[in-house]
Amino acid sequence: MQVPAKFEYERADSVPHALQLLERYGPEARIVAGGHSLIPMMKLRLAQPEALIDINGLASELGRIAVEGDELAIGALVRHAELLDDVTATDLFPIFRDAERVIADPIVRHRGTVGGSLCQGDPSEDLSAVFAALRATAVIQGPGGTRTVPVRQFHQGPYETAVEPNELLIQLRVPITPGTGSAYEKVERRVGDWPVAAAGAVITVSDGVIAQAGIGLTAVGAEHFCAPEAEQHLIGRAPGEEVFAEAGRIAAEHCEPHSDQRGPADYKRHLAAELTRRALARANRNVPGSATV
Amino acid sequence: MSYGRMHRKEDARFIRGRGNYTDDVRLPGMLYGAILRSPHAHARIVSIDTSAAEAHPKVKAVITGQTLAGLGLAWMPTLSQDTQAVLATDKVRFQGQEVAFAVAEDPYSARDALELIDVEYDPLDAVIDARKAMDPGAPVIRDDLEGRAGNHIFDWEAGDRARTDAIFEQAEVTVAQDMLYPRVHPAPLETCGAVADFDKVTGKLTVWCPTQAPHAHRTLYAMVAGLPEHKIRVISPDIGGGFGGKVGIYPGYVCAIVGSIVTGRPVKWMEDRSENLMSTAFARDYHMRGEIAATRDGKIQAIRVKVLADHGAFNGTAQPTKFPAGFFHVFSGSYDLEAAHCEVTGVYTNKAPGGVAYACSFRVTEAVYLVERMVDVLAAELNIDPAEVRMRNLLKPEQFPYLSPTGWEYDSGDYPKALRLAMDMAGYDKLRAEQADKRARGELMGIGISFFTEAVGAGPRKHMDILGLGMADGAELRVHPTGKAVLRVSCQTQGQGHETTFAQIVGQELGIPADDVEVVHGDTDQTPFGLGTYGSRSTPVSGAATAIVARKVRDRAKIVAAAMLEASPDDLEWADGKWSVVGDPSTGKSMAEIALAAHSNLELPEGVEGHLDAVTVYNPPNLTYPFGAYICVVDVDPGTGQVKVRRFVAVDDCGVRINPMIVEGQIHGGLADGVGMALMQVMAFDEDGNHLGASFMDYLLPTAIECPAWELGETVTPSPTHPIGAKGVGESATVGSPAAVVNAVVDALRPYGVRHADMPLTPANVWRVINGDPFRTDLAIP
Repeated sequence: MQVPAKFEYERADSVPHALQLLERYGPEARIVAGGHSLIPMMKLRLAQPEALIDINGLASELGRIAVEGDELAIGALVRHAELLDDVTATDLFPIFRDAERVIADPIVRHRGTVGGSLCQGDPSEDLSAVFAALRATAVIQGPGGTRTVPVRQFHQGPYETAVEPNELLIQLRVPITPGTGSAYEKVERRVGDWPVAAAGAVITVSDGVIAQAGIGLTAVGAEHFCAPEAEQHLIGRAPGEEVFAEAGRIAAEHCEPHSDQRGPADYKRHLAAELTRRALARANRNVPGSATV
Repeated sequence: MSYGRMHRKEDARFIRGRGNYTDDVRLPGMLYGAILRSPHAHARIVSIDTSAAEAHPKVKAVITGQTLAGLGLAWMPTLSQDTQAVLATDKVRFQGQEVAFAVAEDPYSARDALELIDVEYDPLDAVIDARKAMDPGAPVIRDDLEGRAGNHIFDWEAGDRARTDAIFEQAEVTVAQDMLYPRVHPAPLETCGAVADFDKVTGKLTVWCPTQAPHAHRTLYAMVAGLPEHKIRVISPDIGGGFGGKVGIYPGYVCAIVGSIVTGRPVKWMEDRSENLMSTAFARDYHMRGEIAATRDGKIQAIRVKVLADHGAFNGTAQPTKFPAGFFHVFSGSYDLEAAHCEVTGVYTNKAPGGVAYACSFRVTEAVYLVERMVDVLAAELNIDPAEVRMRNLLKPEQFPYLSPTGWEYDSGDYPKALRLAMDMAGYDKLRAEQADKRARGELMGIGISFFTEAVGAGPRKHMDILGLGMADGAELRVHPTGKAVLRVSCQTQGQGHETTFAQIVGQELGIPADDVEVVHGDTDQTPFGLGTYGSRSTPVSGAATAIVARKVRDRAKIVAAAMLEASPDDLEWADGKWSVVGDPSTGKSMAEIALAAHSNLELPEGVEGHLDAVTVYNPPNLTYPFGAYICVVDVDPGTGQVKVRRFVAVDDCGVRINPMIVEGQIHGGLADGVGMALMQVMAFDEDGNHLGASFMDYLLPTAIECPAWELGETVTPSPTHPIGAKGVGESATVGSPAAVVNAVVDALRPYGVRHADMPLTPANVWRVINGDPFRTDLAIP
């Protein structure tokens, strides 16, 4: 029987209250939202926080998805299933639909949250690659107010993020650019598994050439979950299979995958190239008004 | 007629959450136990300090190997005449091995206590790769066994070596292939556990635990612990899946019993998922080399096999005593051969003990995989369609009963008919045409065939026993005055639907509805002796006992009916579920009428005491031999190595089907198991002996997404030796399906010159195979 060690439990009734509780309990406290990473780790006693601060009651503050100006705002407490079901989000960014369909299983998706996924900081997290590809901004609130951090600077190493012990991730903001297509490609050993490797692509096509490109990679040791050299290769070029394949090759070159039971490093590097190529091709196909099908 | 589709009687409680599993058992004053396990695969225990744990206010006892040694219980016998540590005293020999047992007032405190136990280990080099276990200088794992200087356990052979070798020397064509059937785990959703309650006043020990063999457990507890057998009651309540993993006795059960004896209170111990995967019985782990000798036109003449069997740290394989490799020597399969020979060498490694668990019919799974892979290797060598090679070699209906070259007597079958049916259902020729088109476009599609013959229903007691206990099963049947019946059987259901099918057998024999029959099982105080449910033996053995005991009751009913009709029993006939005077159906007496008369003041002939009941013991004259033809269709993504099972056609012949719905359910489950083993399941270990599949995050079970809509077909060839012609089906699909999936994937990869690939065929594995650089699937991926 798996049972966690002893811990205190507090239920926050507002974001300021959650921040007060973080101050009170200090760095050994942990925020719990969906709990699908933290609770199993506690039951295995790999994590033994002194206190859990439950933010599941903060849906009115942190659970919204809305277009605000030229950005899509996604609350940190939005559940995976809610993002998957949000037609505004998935029509604007099909990459969300692609990714959320292959994250865990429906049970986990109904509890797990967008913010929790990012804050867990797992090197194989799907949404970290998705938001990196989208060049999103993280909004973090602390005792002194809110601050923003580009998602590409959010992760500072495995399981380490820019969120300080007395802060709370409250929102992700995704820039909306006309003429943009996006897609996500993942290889998993079985449905619901963590990725062996996965790639997300976001491209903006203007006057027949790629004006902006975002490539997100996960589980392959890509720094900050992105591939800037490959993105650079795409800018100013006409979209096409050869260009996408070359971008994939460049992205793979800059990865540092590790062998584990999901696969050897050379295979993961191969997947970084192959999946980047496939994601770019599909992203290109769903650029609004794209001629190709 | 009581045979046919009917809903499972047990499902009403399961779907309403009213099942009663071991973990649902709660007794007044019950304590909770937790096991401290070894983090090392191989290490000497320098010291164990339990003082801090014992000082915990809610801890009632901390038991170590030393405590048990004082009771003579530190070691226990395994099912293969070896010994296994209950709690380690000298060394730990696999990661996850049991070291100490804490008993506390609640599960949290028991778990907390484990962190207060201080064990000092002196780590030793571990033996992980079975192929290096017998190397000179390899660390000796079992230095507890007197005179043991290495890790070799046994050599065993079957068949005619000289004749086989002679055929190979003369053969026009020979092929050889190394293959690994990796270590997998049955992974039942309910883990193992026990509630032990020792009553100091009466001296009675009651143990609830999810055992597939409650009577064998009771007898072994009596033999090992010295408790009188009539003072031991083993209750196997509802079981959430067994698959062979719940046959043996685990250290945790013994710890719970000792915990109850020491504290004088009931003790519950339930393992968690990782404990289950790391320490309970594994399956397979056979490193095999197969060879076929054949003519140029594809007639198979002989097969020979060498096996290196990884048995882990203690030889805990569950199988009939005479057969250290189980029934592996049924590997000549479904084919008409001149000769066959196999040799099996068992070795110790620093891994968990176990052996044949996981729906394998005592290693028939490994045998079928070996021969069905080899037939495809031969087909590729000769460039003949694999279906055609099988058709040229399958046994013909007129050859039954057939004595196989390794000594099995196959009971009945029409193999070509089953394969033709499967090919018709699949549209085999069309699939091959589609494959040719796809190959021309660079797309990878594969078609895999597996034809299996199972050997189930162990077994004839003169050949088969487990630790000296013959494999015959008892049954008791009592018809109450109003014609409702209670059947008591020794085997225990873990999802097979015994409460339904055995009631149907009684109903069929007595002419009463199956709903009027209650099946009592799983409680040693309430049921006759028998060896349990595994190896697809319930219907072949206990099902036969049920039919025979019902016929005994029917025969007694005949005498009672004769008294009722004032006729001679010789003048009665059994028709439409009634005894009646020959030629006069209007005289018919139903079982309910007869039962009431049997309990009444009706004057009965001399020699019949009254009431309506019977007992029997069924000693099977032979095994039963179910068979089947499976065809799997896969698509492979060459860019990622991902395999998609597109279709799966399964034609099964398990003889007479008592409840076809339950048979189909069993087949569905087994096919899913096969897809899991073929594509994703493996327990690999790194060089230090760390278990790399110790949770469901790393040990993958297939889901509906990986399973196609199964296409099932059937032929019916009754068993001539079974009283109702049934053959047993619980493991058929698990036995037959992995080879079909692997054959399909290898077939898809033929454009790359691939002849073989080891399971599991994960995307990474397939991609490496395509690139000619496969890795060992049983070790850490380098």
